Amino acid sequence: MLLAVLSGLIISLLIIPFGKLLTTKWSFLLTILPASLFLYFMSYVPAISAGSSFLQHINWIPSLGVDFDFKLDGLSLLFALLITGIGTAIFFYARTYLKGYIFFDRFFGYLCLFMSAMLGVVLSDNILLLFVFWELTSISSFFLIGFNNDNSDSRKSALTALSVTGLGGFFLLAGLILLGNIAGTYTISELIDARELILNHELYPLILGFLFLGAFTKSAQFPFHFWLPGAMKAPTPVSAYLHSATMVKAGIYLLARFSPILGGTDYWNYPLMAVGGFTMLFASIHSLFRIDLKGILAYSTISALGILTFLIGLGTREAIIAASVFILVHALYKATLFLVTGIIDHETGTRDITALGGLRKVLLPVSIAGILAALSSAGLPLTYGFIGKDLIYEATLHTDYQTLGWILNAVAIATNIGLVAAGFMAGIKPFVGTLPKQFENIHLPYKSMWIPPLILAILGLVFGWFPGPVGDFINHATANAVYGSETDMYLKIWHLNIVLILSVATLLAGTLVYFVNKPSPSKLKAIEKLNSIAPQRIFRGYANDIMRFSRWYTDLFHNGYLRSYHLKIILFAELLLAYKLWISGPITLDLEKITTPSFYEIGVIVILIGALYIVVTTPSRLTSVVAMSVIGYCICLIFVFYSAPDLAMTQFTIDTLSTVLFVLVLYKLPSFINHTGKAILYRDGIIALSFGVIISLIALRVWSEPISEEIANFYGENAYILAKGKNVVNVILVDFRGIDTMFETVVLSIAALGVYSLIRLRLKSTEKE
Amino acid sequence: MELLLIILLGLLYAAGVYMILRRSMVKLLLGIMLLGSGTNILIFLLGGITKGKPPVIDENAKIFQDAFADPIPQALILTAIVISFGLTAFAIVLLKRVYALVNSDDLDDLNTPEEEDI
Repeated sequence: MLLAVLSGLIISLLIIPFGKLLTTKWSFLLTILPASLFLYFMSYVPAISAGSSFLQHINWIPSLGVDFDFKLDGLSLLFALLITGIGTAIFFYARTYLKGYIFFDRFFGYLCLFMSAMLGVVLSDNILLLFVFWELTSISSFFLIGFNNDNSDSRKSALTALSVTGLGGFFLLAGLILLGNIAGTYTISELIDARELILNHELYPLILGFLFLGAFTKSAQFPFHFWLPGAMKAPTPVSAYLHSATMVKAGIYLLARFSPILGGTDYWNYPLMAVGGFTMLFASIHSLFRIDLKGILAYSTISALGILTFLIGLGTREAIIAASVFILVHALYKATLFLVTGIIDHETGTRDITALGGLRKVLLPVSIAGILAALSSAGLPLTYGFIGKDLIYEATLHTDYQTLGWILNAVAIATNIGLVAAGFMAGIKPFVGTLPKQFENIHLPYKSMWIPPLILAILGLVFGWFPGPVGDFINHATANAVYGSETDMYLKIWHLNIVLILSVATLLAGTLVYFVNKPSPSKLKAIEKLNSIAPQRIFRGYANDIMRFSRWYTDLFHNGYLRSYHLKIILFAELLLAYKLWISGPITLDLEKITTPSFYEIGVIVILIGALYIVVTTPSRLTSVVAMSVIGYCICLIFVFYSAPDLAMTQFTIDTLSTVLFVLVLYKLPSFINHTGKAILYRDGIIALSFGVIISLIALRVWSEPISEEIANFYGENAYILAKGKNVVNVILVDFRGIDTMFETVVLSIAALGVYSLIRLRLKSTEKE
Repeated sequence: MELLLIILLGLLYAAGVYMILRRSMVKLLLGIMLLGSGTNILIFLLGGITKGKPPVIDENAKIFQDAFADPIPQALILTAIVISFGLTAFAIVLLKRVYALVNSDDLDDLNTPEEEDI
């Protein structure tokens, strides 16, 4: 399983060097990856449906409790099959959809990365590992959503999606760590045994809150739903993949996964039902007023996610069965509808449903796929969607709640009516009616584009004919994993009871809504106002504040003036050093250690300070250079007085050389100009003086400490005996630390080369020597 | 004497900092040189200053017969002086190049419009 998860990561890495090869006919190689993974996971179906599960454990960071623990059970398997199965369809489709696109290879790199991140999320048995992959899905989806990176809207949507899901991820991490600390384990299979401990812990509501935030942001639940419609800026294959089967279902997966561990309490049930219920109704109504095909699909996706959240919140046996079936139902028809939309967009250049119509005449196979998917989404009998809808009603009808139960039922029916109409709008509307003139010359795209949606749509139909075997093979194990015990699920084509009546009524009402409701831009504007109750504005405002802050910060600290950088660095250093001095306590002076200076030493220092004053104040460049050399010679004299003949000689030579160089090279330059005002000069003077004082105090402090003479004595004793030299300083430089000196010589040679080439360089033809 | 040197190095640092806060490129370079000199004195002082006893072994002896000045700070400073000369020489020539190109000694004139747009 480790290899299955990591294969996508490896392939996406390989795409970096070899990607350009894949833009040619070799691109079919890419589709091998999801297809083979799909077959790999299919091979587990018999065993899983028989009730077993598979574990794999590989140590990664055992000391932190982070290990490669993978578990394949019914829930993981359903998701893994969706990720790889729909992934295969998407890979085929995108190959053609993006043919000739400049960043073709990059796209598939992101897609592989995303796929393995999703597989990692659903297969991880370690909550920290799950979190790592969870974040990886956020990051890779950021790249996918913002794939058209020359479009500012697209970039903005990607950023919104990343910040919303990233924020949720942050809370999720907090929740997971709390959970792991309380239970003493980070392994999901072991967390189930600690259920009682966790439920009775006082932090249990907090953990749930954090977990819900993570799931709601990822699965676009109200009030965090707004990133999903924005994410429709992505290329259509991405929308199809992210929003039908994978990314947004990660939150649902999380809830389903933790349902047996944390679920079954009021803290769990009511928030999920409330948020899920509100989201599904809100988004379902919203979807009716969209005129952009992808907009309709986005909102109906949010609505479907709401239904799933709601069902998991309901938590009854029927609800869990319904959820496990509906995940599959929704993935099949939603992926189809997205892919169909992609074809329409690709061929006609528009996604506006008021402009589209009659496309069945030119895009027949596509229209079959679209209509089948729409029927499945509407829940027409003999489609898998019908089974899904049936089970949802079954779940809302059989609850322990009295009046609340009826409300839930009403909400579910209203939502489904909206979804029926929305499904018709997206899957049927573009294909019926008269064909506008400008679309008459449209031709069917390559097979690789229309076959994947057709297969998915037909699957939705076939599953509806044989719900029993499909349920037994796939969904039963899923429901058991979510429910935590045996669900005795058995799917039938239909039951003759009130549920069937409700289903048919929903279908009729939805069809009615479809015919009555005529979406238009003005209605869209009106319904958009509803969105203002969502915290989208707060998010936007917050994002703007961050932008403003960073702009202000950049202007303040990176204004492009060297002296201002110096100023800040020095001020900061002063504060730090002063603090360090302050906490190191008072300085005690040993007056015995101080030697009395002779009068010529004082004379030298007075000259030095005078020269220093001249360097700082003189307006003449030449004067300052001369004064500078005076300082150098004075320092040279100090070295002479205090037993450092080598230093004195070096300083003398170097100082002379520098002065000569200065004068030779810079004599032509004008005198200093003084732009700066008095106030700034004083400010700089104060900062400079305080820096000097601090350094002096530090020097005093260090000097008052005793020095160890061990090393000095070692060199003194061994200079002649080991290195046969009597001048110890020289011996250190050329013998004991000979390699250092060699590299110093190298540095000087490089500087000399630089000097030479700079002198010879002529950038302008008019330049003189 | 030590106290005088401590005051002196404080002044060298202060003057160096003051100079690198100026707009002129030459002053910037002078400031860096002053900071270097200040640091040399600092190391020299902290190694303990000794009068009239250079770390050179007598001609007839194999090891020191008497106390001697610490050779390590001296070795360090010697390296520092030489390296700072490399820096100074390079910077002086660079300044000349810059002056030849932009005809100014003002650091602010080096901020090209492209950079300001960022």
